[in-house]
Order: sequence, then structure tokens, then C-alpha cells
Amino acid sequence: MSTSEQHASPPRLALPELLTGVGLLACAGAVAWQTLAIPVSPLYSKVGPTVFPYITMAGMIVLSLLLVLAALRGGWQPQEEKETPTDWKAMGLVAAGLVANLALIQPLGFTAASVIMFVLVCFGFGSRHPLRDAMLGLVLALAAYFGFAKALGVNIGAGLIENQLNALIGAVLGRG
Amino acid sequence: MDTLSHLAHGFAVAFTPTNLLWCLVGTTLGTAIGVLPGLGPALTIALLLPITYQVAPEASFILFAGIYYGAMYGGSTTSILLNTPGESATIVTALEGNRMARSGRGGAALATSAIGSFVAGTLGTMGVAFLAPTVVKYALKFGPAEYFSLMVLAFITVSAVLGSSSVRGLTSLFVGFVIGMIGVDLQTGQPRFTFGTAELLDGVDVIIVAVGLFAVGETLYMASRRYAGKDEIVPLKGSLYMTAAEWARSWKPWLRGAAIGFPIGAMPAGGAEIPTFLSYAIEKKLSKHKEEFGTVGAIEGVAGPEAANNASAAGVLVPMLTLGLPTSATAAIMLSAFQSYGINPGPLLLTAQANLVWGLIASLFIANVILVVLNLPLIGLWVRLLKIPAPQLYAGILVFATVGTYGISQSPIDLAILYLLGAAGFLMRRFDFPTAPVIIGMILGPLAETQFRRAMTIENGDWTVFFRHPLSLTLLTLAFVGLVGPHIWAWIEHKRTRGPEHVPGDA
Repeated sequence: MSTSEQHASPPRLALPELLTGVGLLACAGAVAWQTLAIPVSPLYSKVGPTVFPYITMAGMIVLSLLLVLAALRGGWQPQEEKETPTDWKAMGLVAAGLVANLALIQPLGFTAASVIMFVLVCFGFGSRHPLRDAMLGLVLALAAYFGFAKALGVNIGAGLIENQLNALIGAVLGRG
Repeated sequence: MDTLSHLAHGFAVAFTPTNLLWCLVGTTLGTAIGVLPGLGPALTIALLLPITYQVAPEASFILFAGIYYGAMYGGSTTSILLNTPGESATIVTALEGNRMARSGRGGAALATSAIGSFVAGTLGTMGVAFLAPTVVKYALKFGPAEYFSLMVLAFITVSAVLGSSSVRGLTSLFVGFVIGMIGVDLQTGQPRFTFGTAELLDGVDVIIVAVGLFAVGETLYMASRRYAGKDEIVPLKGSLYMTAAEWARSWKPWLRGAAIGFPIGAMPAGGAEIPTFLSYAIEKKLSKHKEEFGTVGAIEGVAGPEAANNASAAGVLVPMLTLGLPTSATAAIMLSAFQSYGINPGPLLLTAQANLVWGLIASLFIANVILVVLNLPLIGLWVRLLKIPAPQLYAGILVFATVGTYGISQSPIDLAILYLLGAAGFLMRRFDFPTAPVIIGMILGPLAETQFRRAMTIENGDWTVFFRHPLSLTLLTLAFVGLVGPHIWAWIEHKRTRGPEHVPGDA
């Protein structure tokens, strides 16, 4: 990785990498704020709960400064990675799917929210058959709900679809 | 002889119908996720962690170990046929394996990697069975200071020595430390890094971190890279049976690969990439068919690294079972499974949980047999998995990510944390930060802190204890050399090669 840095003609500032370094420095700041907020009883003054947070904070500050330095010298990303444009539309659709899932999982239940996410993510990745994807998503979400959740004993929020199906299964089993 | 009787007992545990079934499920699932790009053993085991509330420890560890070994077999299939390494440890396999597939010898490449994996996996598992009791004898003499120094060494090797940059590796590790410290400090009861919220008092579940980084982050990254071009699947051609000549060219690389992979995996440094690269270099040097390397594909270049990969995967279990020291993301998540049972892996594990440990080791032998069957006669099945189109594959991964996360406590806050970690995972992938050190830092960081504070308490807060104990000093010195050594080495090399303008062909 160091070779590409050496071959790059004049070292110049790499903005994305610089932002990464600065962002990490901000994280270190948050760590510092939270470390200072830890109440310490004088009993534990030498090996108390703040020793490791302080070490971590110091480490993060040093590392983020090193990253900023590397960014000022031209960054560390290989040329190929820089040249590939980011597909913001695809990413945006995947992110929209995630946000939709987060917003809808409580009002609509796991299955319905998952189907909406599934369709959006498929669309983002270039699939142009939303109806087929919705059916696939439904089958997969139900498989996940009944197989995975029931087998592992994990309780996943049931919505309309799950309740109807549970009632149906209950009715069938009750008669049989 | 002690080991043999323990092993016999282990086989008695592993050969019960239920445990055999768990082994079969684990190996099948492991091969599947190894084949599928975007899914790995660490993510899968994290998603299945809730199973630890349902079944006996033996059953879940047999399942997890099956997934762990299976993913190693499955990953090589993807490398050979798709040229997209399914796992980081199979990058080298793709070099020669994919060229073999393109020149119509894909069958032989798959066969030598499956049989080589079997040979090396079996040798490696034997290594675990015989080495673990010896390591325990030494580990029993370790005090808190030695443990802490050993963990420091593991931190350095995992994040700084392996991988492309020590600064970025260490950054990931420290982010893992921060995540690991979130919640109530167990020794004093003080909340740390909770930002005053009650939701963070219990800490962040490793499931959320692993799923966020590996599933959500990976999906976002793949979505952002759609312009990068697609890999094509090379159709499987050529007989799956190796010719006599191919056998003759394979068996030595298998054994050499196992001999390289196991010791490196068993060291508290871990990592399966280094042994595969080493094995590849050695096979290239020793081969009588050097002209095939990089052109039509040399079978030695597949056989050696594949064997090294599987032997080191077995080796990683030695520090994990004897010292409680995980050196890969998968091992770290397995360690959290131990914690979920209230079991502390360490020198006492082999005696206190003999059923579990020896049952697990015995099941690894069985897993290897199942895997060679799954991956040779049934290879066509796995090739079909490769044809799952990317949109539905990644959308499906996100559905399972939701199940795994939302199932923990039905809290949308968990999902929000998951997606935030996913965004972080995307940035890490985009800017070449390794993700495994985050998981290792998160699991091992709090353990290191405990040992540190224990050592300091014993010595009344005198931190020189880490330098006064000879073993502890040695470990810390090794860690320091590991951190600084490569930089000094690179600097010397830089000085030396400055004379001539360019060294041709040796960039």
C-alpha cells in the first residue's frame, strides 16, 4: 500500500481521508467527554474504572492525528478505489430500505416491514421486478419468522400478518 | 496417552445422534455461507448466538465449530469458480485456483482444495488435541500480569502486524475497546460511555456489532460499488477426480501447508492470511512447474495455501480453548458464546468442561469427514448457490440481520444502533480499515482490563509489575517489536534501495 503513495506524483491533501481522521478525532473527543463523566470513588483512585478509558482516549487521539497526517500526505487509498465512482442512488435506496424497516417494524410488525425493506434493497441493487421481489421477501421473512425465530426461541415483534397466520395455525392445529 | 483416552471420551459425546445432527447442520450451513459472498462464519455464528439459551453447550459449540470449518471449505469454492474470495483466508486460493478453472481444470482445483482441507484440517485438529494439554500446563503458571501482557501481544499482532496498515488496524482495535467498555463497569458498578441513557447500561450486544459491521456495512458497500464491474462464474469443467500426476503434485503441498498453517494459527497472533501467503511463496519456489504459476494455474498453488488455511483455522482453537484468547473475529464471537453459558475459557476449561472440550475436538474430526463428502460429490449444489442474484442475496441478508438484532429485545433502538454501526462498517470498508479488530477489541478489551486491574490491585497500584515478571516482560517486548519492527525494517529497506532509481520487476 505504501508503494502507491510513493509513486503518486506530488503528495497532496486527500479530503475523504482527512474527514475520516477528523471524524475519528471527534470520536476521541466524545470518549474524553464520557471518560471525564465517570464518577470515581477515591477508593479506586489507582486502578479504578477510568484507567482504561484514559488509555483508550490517548490511543485514539494519537491514531487520529496519525491518520490526519497520512491524509495530508496524499491519503492511503489505492488508485482503483478512488476512481470507482460511488453509486449514491443504490446506496440511498438501501439506506431508505433500512430506515423504512426501522420506522415500520413496530406499527406493522416484522414481516410487513421486512417485505418493504426487501423490495427497496432489491431495487437499489438493480432488480426491476418489485412484485416478484415482494413475494420473495414475504416468503423469506415468514421463513425467518417461523423457522429462525421459533427455533431459536427469539421473540420477534408480531404484526398483522404474523397474528393472522398464528391464528390460522392455531385453528388448524386445534381442529386436527 | 491421556489425550487418547480423553479423545475416546470425546467421540462418545460427539457420536450421539443429536450431536451428529448438529455437526451435520453446522457443516452444511458453514459450507453454504462460505460459498455465498457477503456472508462469513463470524456473522453467522453471531446471528445464531441466541441458540445458547436453548441447547446444551456441547450442541451449540459443535454447531459453531461445524460452521467455522465449513466456511473454510466453502470459501475456496467461491475463490476458484468466481475469483471473489469468499473469505479473506482464501485470497491466495483464488490466484491459482481461478486460473485453473479458466483453463478447464476447475474440477481438479476443487478436489485438491477439498482433500487438502481434509488432510490439513485433520492434522490440525490432532494438533489441537495434543498441544492443548501442554499449553494448559504452562498457562496454569500465568498470573494476571502475564495474561495482560499476552493480550497486549495478541492485540498488536491481530491489528498492527497483520493487515495493510498498523495505524488503521489499531484504530479499529481502539474503536472496539470503546464499544466493549459501554455499560456498567463490573468491578465498581459505575456506568461508562452510556451518554446518560438507560438503554446503553447493559452494553452493546456483540450480535449487533458483528451484524452491523459484517452484514449491513457489507451490503451498503456492495451497493455503492455497483460500477466496479461484475465477476463471472467459471462453469465447472473437468473431472472431479484428480489424475495420478495431480495427486503426486498435491500431497507434499498439503503436508507442507499444514505444517506452516497450524503453528502460526496456534500462536497467540492468529490470522489465516499469513500462512496462506507463506505457503504460496514456498510452493512457487519448490514447484517443478513454475511456468504454470500465473498462467494456466498450478495445482500446488491451490493445494498448499488451502491446507495452510484449514490447519491455521484449527490452530486458532488452541489459544482460544486453553487461554481464552481469541485471535480472529469468529473465535471472539465463540468466546462470547462461552460467556453466555457462564463458562470462562482458560486453563481450567479442559478439566472443568472435559465433556465440552473433547466432544468439540472429536466433532471437528467428524466435521472434516462430513465436509469432504459435502464438498466433493455434492459440489454441484454449492455451485448453484453462487447463482443467487446479488439483489435478492443482499436483501435477504438484511432480513436476517433484522431478525437477529430485533430478536434480542424487540427494541427499535437496537436497530438504530445496528444501522449506525452499519454506516461505520461501510466507511471502514471504503477506507480500508480492518473490521475483525473491532470485534476482538470489544470482546477481549474488557478481559484485558480485568487482568490489568487485578494485577495492579495485587501490587498495590505499582505498574512496574508488568516489567518485573520475566515472562510478562518478554511478551511486552515481543509486542513492542511487532509494533515497531516492521516500520524500522521498511525504513532500512527504503534507505538501501534508494541508490538505484528503480529495481526492475520488484516493485
